[in-house]
Amino acid sequence: MLSQHTDKKYGEDLKKLREDILYMGGLVEDQIQKAVSSLVERDSKLAETIIQRDHEVNRLDVEIDDLCIQLLALHQPAARDLRFITTALKITTDLERIGDMAVNICERALELNEEPQLKPYIDIPRMARISENMIRESLDAFVREDTSLALKVCKEDQEVDDLNSQIFRETISFMIEDPHTVSRAMKISSISKYLERIGDHATNIAEMVVFMVKGKSIRHMKDIPQTI
Amino acid sequence: MNENLAVDEERDMSEPSLSEYSEPMDQPQPEETRIEVQGLSVHYGKTKAVKNVSLSIKSRKVTAIIGPSGCGKSTFIRCLNRMHEVTPGARVEGKVLLDGVDLYGPGTDPVEVRRKVGMVFQKPNPFPTMSIRDNVIAGFRLNGMRDRRLLEEKVEKSLHMAALWDEVKDQLHQPGTSLSGGQQQRLCIARALAVEPEVLLMDEPCSALDPIATAKIEELIHELKESVTIVIVTHNMQQAARVSDFTAFFYMGELVEFGVTSKIFTNPDKRQTEDYITGRFG
Repeated sequence: MLSQHTDKKYGEDLKKLREDILYMGGLVEDQIQKAVSSLVERDSKLAETIIQRDHEVNRLDVEIDDLCIQLLALHQPAARDLRFITTALKITTDLERIGDMAVNICERALELNEEPQLKPYIDIPRMARISENMIRESLDAFVREDTSLALKVCKEDQEVDDLNSQIFRETISFMIEDPHTVSRAMKISSISKYLERIGDHATNIAEMVVFMVKGKSIRHMKDIPQTI
Repeated sequence: MNENLAVDEERDMSEPSLSEYSEPMDQPQPEETRIEVQGLSVHYGKTKAVKNVSLSIKSRKVTAIIGPSGCGKSTFIRCLNRMHEVTPGARVEGKVLLDGVDLYGPGTDPVEVRRKVGMVFQKPNPFPTMSIRDNVIAGFRLNGMRDRRLLEEKVEKSLHMAALWDEVKDQLHQPGTSLSGGQQQRLCIARALAVEPEVLLMDEPCSALDPIATAKIEELIHELKESVTIVIVTHNMQQAARVSDFTAFFYMGELVEFGVTSKIFTNPDKRQTEDYITGRFG
């Protein structure tokens, strides 16, 4: 960790920014977990609660942005601090979008819970676990400035993508066999897509962590680098 | 990372490989070197103020020298036009080559060096008894130039270059000290430019000025680098970031890091530089 700032208030604000992001990350992770529970356990009440709680995620998004803008305006940060603050700005956007995905999952869950269950949910909770884990690890990497953990997150995204393709194929076959399942199959396919997007957002966070620590961008590369 | 396969494929084709990406885009390009400093050390009596510094100052670029008080940055730039020689007890080792010619070589005339390498100081110091016009051409007057027409041309050209002409053209015969601080500083810059130097050294040129006067000087620096090489010492790191192409970080008389300004301020190589520019010092 870096030594203390000469300007104590600045140092404290940077610390607060780090803590706020972690808090927001924890909240978002919980949102996804509960959103998927509301689907698997057919708990519509829980889904409603999660949709309501998205306000909290949005509030944090705005608050963290404000704090970043204040830091940029008042302290003219440079080097590591500059990369930390710009990374924080981008991370909150990703976290906020993940929060929105949790809401979307709940909306589809509410619709699906009104109808008979099309199939047992096995791959969806598995995808959710991997995506939640990716978010947790990307934020751990952020806090610990750990680029190898960040790279691990980038690699894990493939697993989520593969599961998404599998669910897509599966739901297509349901729809081909029986057109009455189209509406439900489409909704399940959408949920899978949301989870796949969550994996992408976690990957974005991990990539930003690499930039924050090393000052090098690994975004939009064909292959994930083995080391930085 | 991207869910859309079609987009992925399209993107990959235009994608640079990792090795291309990791190549820093802002590495110093091979440019013409105006001043080459080789192993420069400066002693004041027993104190060593600058320790074995080597760096090259690129032609028609702005090089900023930053570092905490007492790190030797002013001493360093004073050596670039032998101005340190006016300080008793100062002694220099090493070489300073201006276009390949050693400033400290035998037979080099310090007066000629200072004509080629002009200097502007922290506090505006127009000659108090002289008018604005006479301040600008003081250098020529001292050298005995009498051609009135040529002198008038010099006055106008230099004041234009220093972005001061429009403000003072109707009061050229007023004393230089009647101007505001910012104008006085630009007058000093005009005076330095009048003798057509190749290099302009600026030792904290804005530290006695308000933000608007500072902004004017900074804009002037951007314009001047079309024709002169500029070396600026500044305590204001944002100023170094704004005006310079290259930045050198000095600490305790040593050159810690020297590189492209955008790199130094976003991702410096050395921990000490990082600590200094992010305000984690001491």
